[in-house]
Amino acid sequence: MGGAPTDLKLIDERGLRLDGRRPDEMRPLKIEAGVLNKADGSAFVEWGLNKVMAAVYGPRECHPRHLQNTERALVQCHYNMASFSVEDRKRPGPDRRSHEISKIISEALTHVVFTEYFPRTSIDVYIEVLQANAGTRCAGLTAASVALADAGVPMRDLVASCAAGKVANTIVLDLGKEEDNFGQADIPVGYVPRTDEVVLLQMDGDLTREEFDKGLHMAIGACKKVYEVQRDALKRRYTARAEGQEEGA
Amino acid sequence: MRVRQMGSNDSKEAAREIVVPGDLLAISSKRAGPGTFSEGGKIYAAQLGIKSVRPDSISVVPLSGQYMPMRGDLVVGKIIDVGASNWLVDINSPYPSPLHVNEVPWRVEFGETRKFMSVGDIVLLKIVGVDEIKRISVSMQDHGLRKLSGGMVVELSPSKVPRVIGKNGSMIQTLKNMTGCRIYVGQNGRIWIDGELDNMVLAVKAIKMIEDEAHNLGLTEKVKRFLEENQVKGA
Repeated sequence: MGGAPTDLKLIDERGLRLDGRRPDEMRPLKIEAGVLNKADGSAFVEWGLNKVMAAVYGPRECHPRHLQNTERALVQCHYNMASFSVEDRKRPGPDRRSHEISKIISEALTHVVFTEYFPRTSIDVYIEVLQANAGTRCAGLTAASVALADAGVPMRDLVASCAAGKVANTIVLDLGKEEDNFGQADIPVGYVPRTDEVVLLQMDGDLTREEFDKGLHMAIGACKKVYEVQRDALKRRYTARAEGQEEGA
Repeated sequence: MRVRQMGSNDSKEAAREIVVPGDLLAISSKRAGPGTFSEGGKIYAAQLGIKSVRPDSISVVPLSGQYMPMRGDLVVGKIIDVGASNWLVDINSPYPSPLHVNEVPWRVEFGETRKFMSVGDIVLLKIVGVDEIKRISVSMQDHGLRKLSGGMVVELSPSKVPRVIGKNGSMIQTLKNMTGCRIYVGQNGRIWIDGELDNMVLAVKAIKMIEDEAHNLGLTEKVKRFLEENQVKGA
């Protein structure tokens, strides 16, 4: 980190951030469920300038066969960034970062899905980042859990996700791109509101114990708001259709 | 008693409440039915669906989801592979199911399976067993079970099959009577239809309509009107 342009003020005199947010303010979040016809379940998330699509297929036969578990289903997540999702073209294809994100999101989702109901199967979750502006793993996880619910997969709860971090010596919520690039730390959090469990937690950068606790609390508070938007998106999918709007399932 | 019945009907009308996984449904000792789970004496929704409260249990009627085979289900299957002593049948679930030669109504010599049915054939089967790791056994040895020749197959979401059948089979009876088609509805979301081409097209349109509006009330009447308006002469 570092290397910030010397004249870039991440937090101004009034205590506002680059995009005018207060430190404890999230970017606007919009979720739509059931956007793809061919997937069993899908969701589209717009979170600030992030645009993320998630599609769920399954439970279906697990391939390759040696991965299948006789006792439970496998939640296999594939996170991918489109080459046009960032300013400099992203070299397409899997890389270290996308492997890591796929793994942690799979693990977070496995925690809430009733995998024991579908032995020997695989539930495939595809996350496509169409436009990235920091916080895509949180947006991806948020979209993926809505898509899973939309696919009718039995779950203990939805997973909500949001990040907190440290920018210009201040703990802030939901980092934007510049804040992520030139800030001091970033903590993405995946949270299960019903049971008050954290299912995803990472930290990039250095924080004191106090700063970390403050950031984690902030992020969990935001996850609860994200959760409400997720639930609303799922309910809206069917109330909108009830008013005569037709869609292929 | 009468009053209570009215009450429960009313609440059924009003309580088409859509629930999301993790929603608290009730704090009670009722049984946690399908689509729900209980934890610490509380019943929560496990699936996206419509809450349904019965006197002894609470369940969620799902709005989407894969077909999970259950013993006794009638399914429309498709042969996807032929072995020396069995056929592999796709029953639109995460698990393909082998149909053994002992489970068909014919006497089949070892290695002669291909003479009876081959890949792509459509069959009407019954699920006779599902074990704990979801190995499926199916049979064709029961009244009415057979290879289906001719006709066509339409697929819809398995969660919507009950609406195609209707209360006591009212919807499917309407469909059969008004289109004059022979129709088999598999629990796995596959429907086999055979009849005059125009009538089949009409039946498919009606089924699509049921699928799109599955969670609306008064569907049977609506479908009836649709069929009356579009009925093919001489059906």
